[in-house]
Amino acid sequence: MPLKPRRFLAILIARNKEYWRDRAALGWSFGFPLLVVLAFGFAFSGDTLDLYKVGIIDSADSRQPLAFTDTEYIQFIAVTSRQSAVTRVERHQLDMLVEPAARRYWINDSSARGYILERVLRGSGGADYVRQTVSGREIRYIDWLVPGVLSMNMMFSALFGVGYVIVRYRRNGVLKRLKATPLSAFEFLAAQMVSRLWLILAVTALVYAGTDMLVDFRMFGSYLDLLLVFTLGSVSMISLALVVAARVSSEELAGGLLNLIGWPMMFLSGVWFSLEGLHGWVQALAQLLPLTHLIAACRAIMIDGAGLAEVSGQIAALLTMTLIFLAIGSYSFRWQ
Amino acid sequence: MLSILAVKDLVKHYPGVNAVNGISFELHKGICFGLLGPNGAGKTTTVEMLEGIIAPTSGSIRYRGAPLGERFQEQAGIMFQTTALQNFITVRETLAMFRLLYAHPLPAQDLIELCALGHFLNRDTGQLSGGQRQRLLLAIALVNDPEILFLDEPTTGLDPQARRNFWDLLARIKQRHKTVILTTHYMEEAYHLCDEIAIMDAGEIIAEGTPQALLAEHYNDVVLQLPREDFPATDGGLAATVLRGEQVIEILTADVDTTIRRLVELGTPLNRLVIRPRTLEDLFLELTGKQLRA
Repeated sequence: MPLKPRRFLAILIARNKEYWRDRAALGWSFGFPLLVVLAFGFAFSGDTLDLYKVGIIDSADSRQPLAFTDTEYIQFIAVTSRQSAVTRVERHQLDMLVEPAARRYWINDSSARGYILERVLRGSGGADYVRQTVSGREIRYIDWLVPGVLSMNMMFSALFGVGYVIVRYRRNGVLKRLKATPLSAFEFLAAQMVSRLWLILAVTALVYAGTDMLVDFRMFGSYLDLLLVFTLGSVSMISLALVVAARVSSEELAGGLLNLIGWPMMFLSGVWFSLEGLHGWVQALAQLLPLTHLIAACRAIMIDGAGLAEVSGQIAALLTMTLIFLAIGSYSFRWQ
Repeated sequence: MLSILAVKDLVKHYPGVNAVNGISFELHKGICFGLLGPNGAGKTTTVEMLEGIIAPTSGSIRYRGAPLGERFQEQAGIMFQTTALQNFITVRETLAMFRLLYAHPLPAQDLIELCALGHFLNRDTGQLSGGQRQRLLLAIALVNDPEILFLDEPTTGLDPQARRNFWDLLARIKQRHKTVILTTHYMEEAYHLCDEIAIMDAGEIIAEGTPQALLAEHYNDVVLQLPREDFPATDGGLAATVLRGEQVIEILTADVDTTIRRLVELGTPLNRLVIRPRTLEDLFLELTGKQLRA
């Protein structure tokens, strides 16, 4: 498909001007994600659970009763993977990890709770346990939430900013007028996609910086990796919007369809809570949603410091979905 | 002379509606062709098929001997009956955008002068008056210096002064030897601007030719108009068709001398007598039996 740069630029420039001059929509784009992060940040900032959390590495072969595990006001959590449990101690998600079979325990050297639990353990059957210390800053709910909210905002911005706008153009005749020019559908759709993509990235960067100033969230990975994942995620969401906008000419129907896609994605993709405890079929369904993979990749990079290789599964899923959406969206697109 | 646009057996069916029923015509370069008809006659459907906006059910449209294609899109200028422009964009920016869409656009200054856009160049397109908006839409249609220009009811909804201004503008465009296809339901507009007209009704062309030839072909009479109160109580011996309206009585006659002589004999006051030639509106009413603006 040939793309004439001047025609592509004509639409790109006009669309950008339209976006930046629509102050109400612009304010919403920036304000909404910031408000969500702030609201949830404050709501979850207090220590909602005063229980101490101790992970117990379960090994069936050498189970020994340990009086420590009968202590009240401590929540004991059975864990199977030592490696991931140690990471949770590093992030203060577990206050202590105990491996009775090996007679050793882990605490975070910067955690006051770890120190107190250590005293309790030594006084209740674990006096000879070997101490292992790890270090690391606490991962708060807000640190976990930020990648989800940023991704969710990208999703809504892509769905409505592209899907709804194209349907409005179709209904009010802007598309008909453009069809009467040499502009090709490919040039038009590419301009819509690029214009929204860089707007999403610009807004996300600003919201990212603003949120970081306010709540100082964690970012352990590479900014370049994160940018790549954000870009791929945005392209994927915009492609999904192009599918919705391919033929619909009623704004009401488009709004309904976009909400029908957006809201379940918001709840099933792990923006607010982890999907781990949900039914198997919900988790399977979530794997079909691009937002799930975007959020998982962002969290892995930001919280775990993962590199691209470690999120290659999510990247592959996003790429596949993008190609499918683009094929359907461009094949079924109609000017009128 | 080679035709610039040739239409053959053009048909457009929608479910339950035959919008256009097999029309054919040819347009020569440099003429202004008027497509007339009441609402629902099939004018806009026809024009939108000619513009390449909607696909015909059957039939062929050839531009300079070839099917509509990229060359046509580069060389056609189109002004739709209703067009929305992007929001939050000024007149100047709208022109700039459309200029970029074509390979050989006219200089912006030419368009601004031709369509008199100078006074509102920096205004948002959403804040234009009806006349200003139509002038901008015409400028957009002219942005590629088109060989063929489609204007679909360009003056509908304009006040009389704005309509007159628009006619002057079109007259200037005609001087540039552009081929113009104009749909309208204003007969005066067609008479002023069009070299050839076709009258459509119910999806078919029911009359075609130059306005003068069409009138000459159908009429050899003129219309004498008198206020109802001046008309004699008896019209015996007038030897003419008399149409009685609420206010005005119209006498259709090919022999004005004899008719006036008879009116004088009947003692009719003639101070308020009006003699007018037959118009396209008369022709249309006669051919379709409908009010043009119904």
